[in-house]
Order: sequence, then C-alpha cells, then structure tokens
Amino acid sequence: MHPSLPRQPFIVRLACAFGVRGWQMAGLFLAFALIAVPVMHLVVPPESPLHLSTYFITLTGKILCYAIVAVAMDLIWGYGGILSLGHGLFFALGGYAFGMYLMRQIGRDGSYQSDLPDFMVFLDWPELPWFWLGSDSILWVALLVLVVPALIAFIFGYFAFRSRIKGVYFSIITQALTYASMLLFFRNETGFGGNNGFTDFKRILGFSITAPETRVVLFALSALALVATLLLARYLVTSRFGRVLTAIRDAEARVMFIGYDPLWYKLFVWTLSALLCALAGALYVPQVGIINPSEMSVANSIEIAIWVAVGGRGTLIGPVLGAFLVNLAKSWFTVSFPEYWLFFLGTLFIVATLYLPQGVIGLYARLRAGRQRPPGNPTVGAASGAQPS
Amino acid sequence: MRKFGLLLGGWLFYVSSLCAAIDPALLAPLAVDDSEKRIAAIAALAQAAPEAALPVLTALADESLAVAGERIVRLDGERVFDAASNREIAPPPAEREPISINNRVRRELAAALAALRLFSSEREVRWQAVQEVAASADAKMLPLLDKALAGETDPAIRNRLRLAHAQASLGSDDPAIRLGAVVALGESSDPKVRQLLLPLTEKRTETWVEADSAVRAAARTSLRAIEQRLAWADNLTRAFTGLSLGSILLLAALGLAITYGVMGVINMAHGELLMVGAYAAWATQSVFRAHLPDLLDWYLLAAIPTGFLAAALVGVLMERVVIRHLYGRPLETLLATWGISLFLMQVARTLFGAQNVEVANPVWMAGGIEVVPNLLLPWNRIMIIAFSIAVLTAVWAMLNLSRLGMFVRAVTQNRAMAGCVGVPTGRVDTLAFGLGAGIAGLGGVALSQIANVGPDMGQGYIVDSFMVVVLGGVGQLAGAVWAALGLGVFTKFLEGWTGAVVAKIIVLVLIIIFIQKRPQGLFALKGRFVDA
Amino acid sequence: MVRRNFVKTLPALAVSAAFALTSFGVRAAETIKVGVLHSLSGTMAISETALKETVLMAIDEINAKGGVLGRKLEPVVVDPASNWPLFAEKARQLLSKDKVAVTFGCWTSVSRKSVLPVYKELNGLLFYPVQYEGEELERNVFYTGAAPNQQAIPAVEYLMSKDGGEARRFVLLGTDYVYPRTTNKILRAFLKSKGVAEADIMEEYTPFGHSDYQTIIAKIKKFAGEGKKTAVVSTINGDSNVPFYKELGNAGLKATDVPVVAFSVGEEELRGVDTKPLVGHLASWNYFMSLKNPENEKFTKLYKSWAVKQKLPNAAKVVTNDPMEATYVGIYMWKQAVEKAKSTDVDKVIAAMGGQTFKAPSGFTIKMDEKNHHLHKPVFIGEIKADGQFNVVWKTPGPVKAAPWSPYIPGNDTKKGEPEGK
Repeated sequence: MHPSLPRQPFIVRLACAFGVRGWQMAGLFLAFALIAVPVMHLVVPPESPLHLSTYFITLTGKILCYAIVAVAMDLIWGYGGILSLGHGLFFALGGYAFGMYLMRQIGRDGSYQSDLPDFMVFLDWPELPWFWLGSDSILWVALLVLVVPALIAFIFGYFAFRSRIKGVYFSIITQALTYASMLLFFRNETGFGGNNGFTDFKRILGFSITAPETRVVLFALSALALVATLLLARYLVTSRFGRVLTAIRDAEARVMFIGYDPLWYKLFVWTLSALLCALAGALYVPQVGIINPSEMSVANSIEIAIWVAVGGRGTLIGPVLGAFLVNLAKSWFTVSFPEYWLFFLGTLFIVATLYLPQGVIGLYARLRAGRQRPPGNPTVGAASGAQPS
Repeated sequence: MRKFGLLLGGWLFYVSSLCAAIDPALLAPLAVDDSEKRIAAIAALAQAAPEAALPVLTALADESLAVAGERIVRLDGERVFDAASNREIAPPPAEREPISINNRVRRELAAALAALRLFSSEREVRWQAVQEVAASADAKMLPLLDKALAGETDPAIRNRLRLAHAQASLGSDDPAIRLGAVVALGESSDPKVRQLLLPLTEKRTETWVEADSAVRAAARTSLRAIEQRLAWADNLTRAFTGLSLGSILLLAALGLAITYGVMGVINMAHGELLMVGAYAAWATQSVFRAHLPDLLDWYLLAAIPTGFLAAALVGVLMERVVIRHLYGRPLETLLATWGISLFLMQVARTLFGAQNVEVANPVWMAGGIEVVPNLLLPWNRIMIIAFSIAVLTAVWAMLNLSRLGMFVRAVTQNRAMAGCVGVPTGRVDTLAFGLGAGIAGLGGVALSQIANVGPDMGQGYIVDSFMVVVLGGVGQLAGAVWAALGLGVFTKFLEGWTGAVVAKIIVLVLIIIFIQKRPQGLFALKGRFVDA
Repeated sequence: MVRRNFVKTLPALAVSAAFALTSFGVRAAETIKVGVLHSLSGTMAISETALKETVLMAIDEINAKGGVLGRKLEPVVVDPASNWPLFAEKARQLLSKDKVAVTFGCWTSVSRKSVLPVYKELNGLLFYPVQYEGEELERNVFYTGAAPNQQAIPAVEYLMSKDGGEARRFVLLGTDYVYPRTTNKILRAFLKSKGVAEADIMEEYTPFGHSDYQTIIAKIKKFAGEGKKTAVVSTINGDSNVPFYKELGNAGLKATDVPVVAFSVGEEELRGVDTKPLVGHLASWNYFMSLKNPENEKFTKLYKSWAVKQKLPNAAKVVTNDPMEATYVGIYMWKQAVEKAKSTDVDKVIAAMGGQTFKAPSGFTIKMDEKNHHLHKPVFIGEIKADGQFNVVWKTPGPVKAAPWSPYIPGNDTKKGEPEGK
C-alpha cells in the first residue's frame, strides 16, 4: 500500500506523527480521561462539586464514540473528497456485532429464562441462527466487529470506485445502501430483534454493565480509541499516502495521468474509515445500552457529515470538536428549547456550509490571523477543495 | 317478499306524490339499541310501506335519523322532518339524539335499500342497487329478481340481474334449472361466483356435492372461464397498480429531475417542497370550506396553481438565499439543503401542528370504475396518472418550446458559453429552480390525495425520488419517466410474491448494482461535459 | 488549575466542562419535579405531542387545586426527538440531574425498552400510557395502556360474534415491528383455539412508513372473495394508516363486506383522514372521546380549553384519545399514591400504587392491580363515524384485568403476575 521503504519501525513513525505539541495535548487528554475522570467519578463523594456524575460519563462517553466516527468520516470526506452518507451503517453494524455478544451475556437472566435472546423466544426461533454462532466469545465478536463492516465496505467500495462513481452519485448510492440495510434490519425475520434491536444488557465479560467501574473502563477505552484513531489518521494524512489521497481529492484525473491508480487509495481509506466507525459503534452500544435499526437512518448518517463540516474538514481536531459541539448543543436544546432544536440544527447546516467552509477551526484560524473575510463570499478554501461537479 | 313485490308494483304509479304516513309503532324499534329489533323493524318497514320507508331508511344509513323526545325525526341539513308523517317540524326540536347503527344493521339496511332501489326510475340508482343485490343473491331473493327482470329494460342491468338470478337458482331442486344457472354463471367474473361453483365439482365423503354429472361438467367449464378472467384481471390489477405507483414516483421525482438533473443541484429539501404543495392543497381546501362551501368539490383545481406557486416561491427563496452561493459545490449543497429540509419541517410543525392534517378527496375522485368485480380502478389513481401525464407534457413543452426552456437547456449544456452569448445565467438558475420546486409542489398536491399530509411526509419520498433520478440518468426527462414507471411496475410485481418489505430491499439493492454497471443511469447524456 | 489548562488546550473538553457548569440550575426546592419524556420532533411527534400537552394540562389542574402534599408540581419537559438512544440519555438526565419524582413518557416499545435499564439502575418511576404487546413486567414501570387481552382479544371476539359479522376468516395486517408481530402471534393462537383453520388466516407486514397499499388491498380483496366472511385486524402503525384507509375507501372495500378493526387508530389519527368512506370500520380501545359520562365531559372540555389557552395549532378541532386518557389517569393515580405514601420516594409510591382507584373518563372506576402494575380497564369497540368520532357498539361489562404475560404464548404459564426482584 505504501510504496516507500520503511526506514524506521512502523511504531516509531506512527508515534512521530503527532509531534511534541500533539503528544502534550494527547497526554493531557488521556490523563484527564484515564486518571482524573475515574477518580472524580469513583472516589470523589457525590456531594463534592468536583464529582463527575454518571450522566456526564455516559454522555461524554457517547460523544467520544461519535468523535471517532467524525474522524473516520473526515478521513474519507475531508481528505478523500468522498462524501459518504452510509457511515451510519458501519457504525450500526459494529454496534450490532458487539450487541450480539452483550445479548448472549444476558444468559438466562432474560424474561423467559432461555438461552436464546428474549426476542427470539417470543418470535419462535427454535435455536440460534447460524450467524449468531460463536457470539458468546468476545474474541470472535471482536473479529466480527472489525471484519464484517470492513468487508462490506471493501466489496461495496471496490465496485463503486472501480466504476468510478464519485461525488454526489456516490453519496446517493451509499444512502440507498444504508436505507436498504435499515429496512433489512427492521424485519423481524432478519434475526436482529427488528425495530427494538438489542436492549436490556446485563453484563460485559462477567462485569455488571451498570457498575460505575465498568462505565469508567468503557469511557477510558473510548478515550484511548479516540487518541489512537487520531494518531493513525495523523500518520496517514501526513504520509505519502495522505498526500496522494489529497491529490486525488483535488484533481483525480491528473493523479491518474501521473500513473497512480486512485482505486486502491480510495478503497483503503474507505475501508479503514468503515472499520473505525464499526469500532466506535462497538464501544457505543454498551455505554448507551441500545442498538436498533434507526442508527442506520438517512438522517443519522447526514448528521455525521455535519459534525465534520461544523468542526472543520481536512483537519483532524476539527471533527472531534464538531462532534462535541453539535451533540452538546443537541443535549442542551432538546431540554431547554425542545421546539427549536430542529431550527437550530437546520440553521447550523446552512450556516456551516455557507459561511464556515472550514468549520470552527477555520474560523478560529481566521480570527487569529486577524483577517476576516467578508461574509457572503464563501470562497472555496484550500481544505474544502474544489469539488468536481 | 312476494307480497312486497306485488305491493310495490301497485304503489309505484300513484303513491310517489303522496305523503304516505308510516305507523310510528313500526318506527319505534329503530331507536332501540338492539340489532335484532332494528333488523326486524327494517324488514317490516320495507314491507309495509316501501315508498315511504325509502327516505327513512336512507336517513338511517346516513346516520341522519334521530330521536327527538317521543318521536323519530329525519334530519335534512338544517331542516327536521317527522319520520312517520314526513312533514317538516318547525321550529326544529332542540334536543335530538342521533341514532347510530352498527355494521350488522348497516348490512341488512343496505340489502333492504337495494331491494327498494331496484325499482327506481333512475338508471344509475338501479345499477348501484343491482350490484348490491347481486352480492348477496340467494334463493330467498328469487321472486324479487324475477320481478325486477320483468320490468328492466336496460341491457347491462338485465345482464347483471340474470347473473344474480342464476346465482340465486343454484340451489334449485331441478337439475335443468341448476344446469342453466351454472352455464349462465360462466359469464361472471366475480370471485364469489367461483366460490359458489367450486363445491359443485368436489366430492365430500365419497359422494359428489352435485349429483348431476351434466351440471358438474358445466360447472367445470364455467369455472375455467371464470378463473381465466380472474387471472387476467389480476394481472391487469398488478399492471395498473404498478403504473399508478410509477406515476406517483414520477410526480415526486420530476421536480428533482429538473433541479438535480438539469441544474446539478442536490436538493435534499425536495421532499419538503412536496410537503409545501400538499399543505397548500390543505390550505386551499380550508379556504373553500370556510368561504366557498358550494364549490368545495372543486377546491383541487384551485389547489393546483396554489401548490405550484407556494412551492415555487419557497424554491426561489431557497435558491436566492442559499443555493446560489453553493453552485459548483454539490456536496455542500447537499448538506445545506438538508438543513433547509429540517428547518421547513419544523416550520410546518410549528404552524400546523405535528399531527397530520386532513385533505379530503373530492366526491368526483371517490370510488372507481369497476371493470369486473375483482378489478376496480379507483378514480383518484386514474386522475393521478392523468395528472402526471399532463404535468410531464407541460414540463416538456416548457423546456423545449419556451424561451426560458431554451435558456435552461443552454445553461445545462454549457454554462460558460451560455453566459457569453448573453443568457442571464443567474436569473435562469433562479427560475429553473423555482420551476423544479413548483413541479414538486404539484407532486405534493397529487400526493395529498392518496397519502398523509404532515410535517414528515417529505422524508418518505426523498430516497425514492433520488433513486428515480439516478436510475434514469441525469439531465434527462425521458430517463426519469422510464425509471419511475419501471420502478413502479417492477416493485408491484415483486411485491406480489415477496411482500412489501423484501420487495423494497430488493429494488434498492438492484438499483445499487445497476448503478455500478451504468454509473450514468439508463439514459446517459453524451458529451464531454459529463465527465467535467 | 488543571481544569484551566484544559480549557486552553483542548477545546473539546472545554465545552464539556462548560456543559457540566450549566447544569447547576437554581430551582425552588419545594416543588415536586415531574419528567415529561415525549418526542416533540421526529417521526413520533405526531402522536406524542398530544401526550405532552395532557401531562402539562393535568399538572396545571393539580397545581390549581393546591398541588400534591402541599407542594406544586413542576414539569420538566425534554425532547428525545424520536431517537431511541436519546431517550436513554434524557431519562438519565431527568433522573440524575433533575431528580424528577416520576416520569410520564414513551410511546413506542423500543423507546420504553431503551429507557428501562436506566429506570432500573437509578430506581426511577415511569408511567407508560400506550397499548403495547405485553411480555414485560418491570417494577419501576406502571403500564396505564392496554395489554393485548384488554384490546386485541376482545376485538376479535367481537368480530366473531353475531353483531360483529361472524367473521371466520382473518387478515392480520401490520407494520413489521414487535408490537404487531407479538399481537398477531397471540391472536393466531387465540383464533386457533376458537377453531379457525390455518388456511383462513393471512398474515401480512409492511415496512415502516409504507405508503402504497394497492397490492395489499388487492390481496385482501382476493382473500376475502375466496370463502367465508372475512375481517381484517390492523396493527398498522402511525403514518401508514392514512394511505391504507384512503386506499381502502377507494377500493370499495366497505365495512359491511370486510370490516377492519384497528388497534393503533384513534381520534387523533383520524384527523388526517377523510372518514366518510370509512364509516363502520372499527377500533378497539379503552376509551373513546365520544363516550358519554360526566368524567369524560369534564376531561374533553378541559383539554379543549387547554388547547385554546395554549394556542395549539388547530385548537378548535383538538380531540382526546385513549393514550391521553391513560396519561391523565396515570398522573392522578400517582398523585393519590404519593398522598397515600405521604412521600414521593419511589419505593413507597410503588408500594402505595397497588389498589389505587380512579373514576376515569372512560366512565368506569378503574383500579391499578395490586400486583401486576397494569390497570384494570374496560374495553370498548367503536365504529368510525362520518365525523371522525367513534360510535361505541360493544363494551365489556366492567374493567378487565391485564394479562401482560399472554397465556397464548407458550412458556408464559409459569410466569408470575408481578415484577420480580422486589
């Protein structure tokens, strides 16, 4: 995939991707997530103002997963110029795969005291269908989480990119794919609990899923996964691979003339992006406690794009920021002004695309540079790239 | 029954102008909340005073019969009549408790009314009545049918009566009459008749249900004929439903074919433009209801321009405020228009409430043409097919015959060049987008007749509309037409044997595969700009 | 300060920290907080907004009469936006941040399933007001809607009766999700026990938001033409009902030929339909707006004036329906239980709930079962009238006890009629 000969071990090059300042930030963040949060949640008494509530842990944990998705989306959209409206699918697939494990962990504690998950009992499934085999093993499920979405992405991507489907066409057929999958998972015969999906998880690896310790561990894992994702993404985009990818985004025809085959570059980043989404989905499900087909709805996938757009495409911290901003706004609006949430979200979509082509990161950079471009003249920024129409 | 028939013949001539009085004792059981007593009362009424009973029974069926104190009254708009004497009561009594009936009574009532109406002087009324009677024809009704056949002159009604007569005489003891009936029924295409004939060809506990072998053979022949017709009607139904789904898809997607296909704008708010059109239809209906109640049935005609203008206005606004700034950046347009769609949905929710609003079908669109008993073509579907053809023709003419159309095509083919030769590209964009939006509004008006009208209605059509446009190929009206019809018919045939859920999934997957094979859709535009 | 460092370096965390700060709201301590967890946007808003209004109206009414235990009720309205994970998040927020004493909320089963773990974990109290498939009994939930035996089975019994048309052939038609599936499974077993043959039952499902019912109506017509008297049992959900009923009207399937009985179609849903062609089709509920009794008169009048006061859209035409009544009953039962327990403590309230009675708008004095957390409810069968209201054609002599574990589902005979783990 990467034609240059390795001069240093991969791990070193990977580690170097962040730079000193990057590691400082990552270190601070990890110290907060891995040390401060557990202490503030588990040790600090609830009366203390420094105590972090379970609500904070679950909400932030959830958004950390979203942030991973946003970074994955940014890799393919911000750097690859391919807008996927199907990332909800990969996210949900990862969630479903891990959900299978969680369902099996319920064991006989369900309402019907059966070895089968509850929904199978009352829909008369005589035994576990073949695709559930092995789902009681965390290793097998971990493999499923990574392989199934990646494989689907690979196959879909291979044919799509080989046919040179791009731009809006690609967006629309990914949307169709997600929509078709949602309908498929809604069916009760499909074997994934239909509309209700999976809920009422009891334990994970034998530990109670509602125990504060489990929560903190899941939170810490999400934080770690986010840092690892950022590191990997940073490494990729600063490598030669990343430069070719950006070149494909900006002028695919020219890249081809030079002798590169864009197919494999696109396919690699597309599959990787799907895989990261699936990982985020797997971390998301135990923290949220439910996975069902509405995760694959068209609206959800488009919302992912808006996190990235708001944060700033073509930067790596931007999507993380966007995921936090939009989701916190959602949490706040849906409580304080429930009726206005959609007005806000709608306006955000419009304003972000019209006036913030580089997101808040771009805005911040512009403000710092002290040069404010007049609004209403959204000149295409370097990061947004000239999209072929 | 016979007595009633004779009575009727006698009465028909001279009673009609009289205000025949009904014995109030006969009416009284109608007010009792007991189905048995009501049914008995209906039969007694029809027998005792057929002519005078007709308005009373009709009123009972329309739920406009009421109890006012001691007597039973008939409501006719603001006026109130005494049911027994049929005289107007002035001033109308204030306290009236409407009489409600259940399905069982309604069924008996319909049969009784049909029997009465079989002798109406209006052909249409008789035709309706004979359908009703035929549905439940049995041996008891033979005298009635004989009587009706004797007086009937209209060939179509006679034919229908004969079939009903044959159906009623299937149970006769005389094999010759049975044979005649079975042969006659071979002309029927009613699934119910098939159900009646089927047992005649079967054995039950080693003996034939039908003893006479000639009748059995005739029954087999008749059954074959009926089944052939039924199968034919089945396929026709499927084709028609496919066509109608296709025309709806086309109406939903046509606006998008212009904005996306011709202008390259990805309008995710397209579904909401449909919604605007549908709400416009609702608003027009409300205005008519409030101010022009006499013309209410024709509100739809006024809704067409209203829907077009409302959606076009929203479209022009969208174009001016947002989309204009995003030309050449289709992915950003996609996101921004998605934002607009969320915005519009919430606007609708705030203005009109989260609940669906009621848009009634005008009377002239209710019901349908019954080609044969199991093939009914609903008027609203026919109207929508016709409407989609009309809209398509208008759009085609607009694009190909008008000056604006020429400009639009010019801009589509080469924006820069068109600008150079003096086409005001900016204004053309706005107008073309407004046109596309307006057509979406027309689609919304059509949808309001068959689907629900609510803030979320657009979401259900957005994926389908995009599929139509993508499948048809960008920039082609013909492509959209073929794609919509193809998708409609294909989905309907698939639905027949896989069920609706799986059919939808299969169709989506096939589209995805098809796009891999032919990324430019069914009808690709040829030229260099395609790859630009 | 460590925190200040973060604000400078990691904007993401800054935002979450800022968020944590906004949570310190200053609120009067003497009110009792009541959570309202109904979707106000998204696909479920169509049904759930009316329930939010009902809760607010009842709270207003209770406060006007002095509140509960001398304290005013304070509603905390949140919008889970028809998004199931968001339901769980909002539930946690209501319980752990706002510290609500009770929550009224949810419509779909999936939303209830989504919040259940949260209510169990934090020992909250949820009142669920919608008819559902049963097969669940949780200590922290009170189910004020109907279980299948309080809605579906009486409806089918009616269809098989002389007045109902003596149907012997059934089409079980539903949207493909758990409630229709389970209900139809129960009905199938019930029909079999009544001697209906397998060949006389047709089961058919459509996807969510399905809007083209031509094929299905044609199928029903064909099925109905092939034998005995046929009836349709519809568990079609939400928006799909309008296209279904419009198609039904146009296809000329009249209620006198093939009656359709629906479990998800009430006054609110019929507002979006022209009901003239639908006269005679049926619905089975525990309450109808058209019921005539003093409680209902009071209830409907109250809601109408509330709608005008709140300037709800189409305020002149608002209707009440079964889930609204169930919500209303739930709030008053909770109030009574709190007054009996003299505390809003969840455990004490749960203990005090059993056996509470309330003179409901349905005209009956209904009782919360001592054990199974469901109401004893009367069942009404109504026929659609031309004005969009229902004409009650049949009702049970008195309230029926709920059987959340249907005896028609194998394995349920061993189930206890009370939540486990007291």
